[in-house]
Amino acid sequence: MDVWSSLMDGFATALTPMNFLYAVIGVILGTAVGVLPGLGPAMTVALLLPVTYALEPTSAFIMFAGIYYGGMYGGSTTSILLNTPGESSSVVTAIEGNKMAKAGRAAQALATAAIGSFVAGTIGTALLAVCAPIVVKFAVSLGAPSYFAIMVLALLAVTAVLGSSRLRGFASLGLGLAIGLVGMDSVTGQRRLTFGQPLLADGLDIVVVAVAIFAVGEALWVAAHLRRTPLHAIPVGQPWMGKSDWKRSWKPWLRGTAFGFPFGALPAGGAEIPTFLSYVTEKRLSKHPEEFGKGAIEGVAGPEAANNAAAAGTLTPMLALGLPTNATAAVMLAAFTSYGIQPGPQLFESQGPLVWALIASLFIGNLLLLIINLPLAPLWAKLLQLPRPYLYAGILFFATLGAYSVNLQAFDLVILLILGALGFMMRRFGLPVLPLILGVILGPRIEGQLRKTLQLSAGDPAGLFSEPIAVGIYVIIAVILLWPFAFRLIRRNTPVAPPAGGAAALAMDADDAVHSNHNAVYSNHKEQQ
Amino acid sequence: MTVVVGYVPTPEGEAALTQAITEARKNNSTLVLINSSKGEAAVDTRFAPEGGIQDIERRLAGEGIQYLIKRPVRGHDAAAEVLDAAEEHKAELIVIGLRRRTPVGKLIMGSTSQRILLEADCPVLAVKAS
Repeated sequence: MDVWSSLMDGFATALTPMNFLYAVIGVILGTAVGVLPGLGPAMTVALLLPVTYALEPTSAFIMFAGIYYGGMYGGSTTSILLNTPGESSSVVTAIEGNKMAKAGRAAQALATAAIGSFVAGTIGTALLAVCAPIVVKFAVSLGAPSYFAIMVLALLAVTAVLGSSRLRGFASLGLGLAIGLVGMDSVTGQRRLTFGQPLLADGLDIVVVAVAIFAVGEALWVAAHLRRTPLHAIPVGQPWMGKSDWKRSWKPWLRGTAFGFPFGALPAGGAEIPTFLSYVTEKRLSKHPEEFGKGAIEGVAGPEAANNAAAAGTLTPMLALGLPTNATAAVMLAAFTSYGIQPGPQLFESQGPLVWALIASLFIGNLLLLIINLPLAPLWAKLLQLPRPYLYAGILFFATLGAYSVNLQAFDLVILLILGALGFMMRRFGLPVLPLILGVILGPRIEGQLRKTLQLSAGDPAGLFSEPIAVGIYVIIAVILLWPFAFRLIRRNTPVAPPAGGAAALAMDADDAVHSNHNAVYSNHKEQQ
Repeated sequence: MTVVVGYVPTPEGEAALTQAITEARKNNSTLVLINSSKGEAAVDTRFAPEGGIQDIERRLAGEGIQYLIKRPVRGHDAAAEVLDAAEEHKAELIVIGLRRRTPVGKLIMGSTSQRILLEADCPVLAVKAS
């Protein structure tokens, strides 16, 4: 009952004209960046971080949430019409979706993706509204040692489970933690990594770091290979579905939701693993297995539902624990910090109206997205004809403006360029960006919890294990870290490993632009078999 | 001697191609077809798809003339590519398709045809869509 009335209050806030306007702006921007390959919600939210200085927190978060959900919708359009995933979460959609489009069923593929996303997004958001307060209730009883353990788990899981190479993941995490360390030590006031430069004493502003890594790095990377043979979008009319399409879609939608939400809520969940699991499940359960590989509607409906449910799932630990599990959530968390709002279990208590308005806006955003995506899909596909030089010139302009507006210091522009070059090099050498950004954002908070723990135990490291939950989490961490070695041993003992299906190979082919999780997907696929 | 044709998959482009085939056959010259893209957008509708190019190839082979199909993607605009090819292949004639443009459209985007007409060293034959 309490949840219900809070949620209704949230709706009242989110439906005020101004907030509604920001929701509309958010979903339109989100769909646009979702459609364009290479641009994503994380970069967009990062570029918009400076607006947090001018906007009400509620309006800003409503806009960010719209961008986040919109990215999921837009990504599927590109996947289906172009066979290039607009987002890492719609890699799997391209497998069947593009085949459908080639067979002249693009309209049905887009429709099942949009409606499935709506269904899953709405159920997912409802689950978020129900689950988050429960998680909070549990979380407020946790002490510093448990928090420390949970955050370490989140960092390690993201680094070790996602991404094609653990070594690259940890290198990226190390860079992130190092950037997070710059500045004054919060307890002793000692200067760390400032190189005698007084401007570094306050640390690097997260806005500058996020904009540099996401926007400048990506722009340089695109500029480095600007010219590519153009692709051909498959022409499409108004998306619609026949009766048999509905019949074949609704079960995959629900199953996709069931995969997506829990995986999104887990640290290292993200949207990639559940979309792939959903694809594999639909392939096995389908009454038309012969259609898979030639454009089966189930193979679009399931994964698209899964990625939107995962988006809702991701917000659960973000709002309830202050724990981001993907890049967009991480940047949104940075926005909380820049408002001086302390993320964590106290958030529901201290910022109740804001959090519930945010959740309500997710319902509204979902509906808006369905409305703007279903009839307008052909229009969104036109965005793909934008010449990249104009697009990235604009991005660089806003990136520079944003970074400068933070402190009005030219010094920040130097930092922007240095870190932008770092972002470029990371893309060049295949380092995933997510561990870095999580390291920067979670690093200082992890340190805070560690310091608190050690102060409580008077410097005795045994204090880290003083709570049973912390110990349990360390066991999970050990399993995650040791799992690949165990996996290798098992594989050595069983000589004939079943080859992963052609789908896995396809997913890997489709996925070069976005740093995704070949290995994770691959091993999960194996587990299922 | 060669006939260079700037091709885009539109009615104007088709008209230019048809005219170029006639010209090439008349003088027994090689037909050089240019279909280029700057390669800067993810999708370029003026860059013919693989299937379309194969159809054209079949058609040209059926016409019994010598031909060369070029699809450069190197960041130059279409006018520069056509002029380049004309110079390289010592063209006797360039064939292009014209389409109606608004003055504002020309002001903002410039005109490929105009550049070719003004800068070409050989005669330029401009045709309209039938």
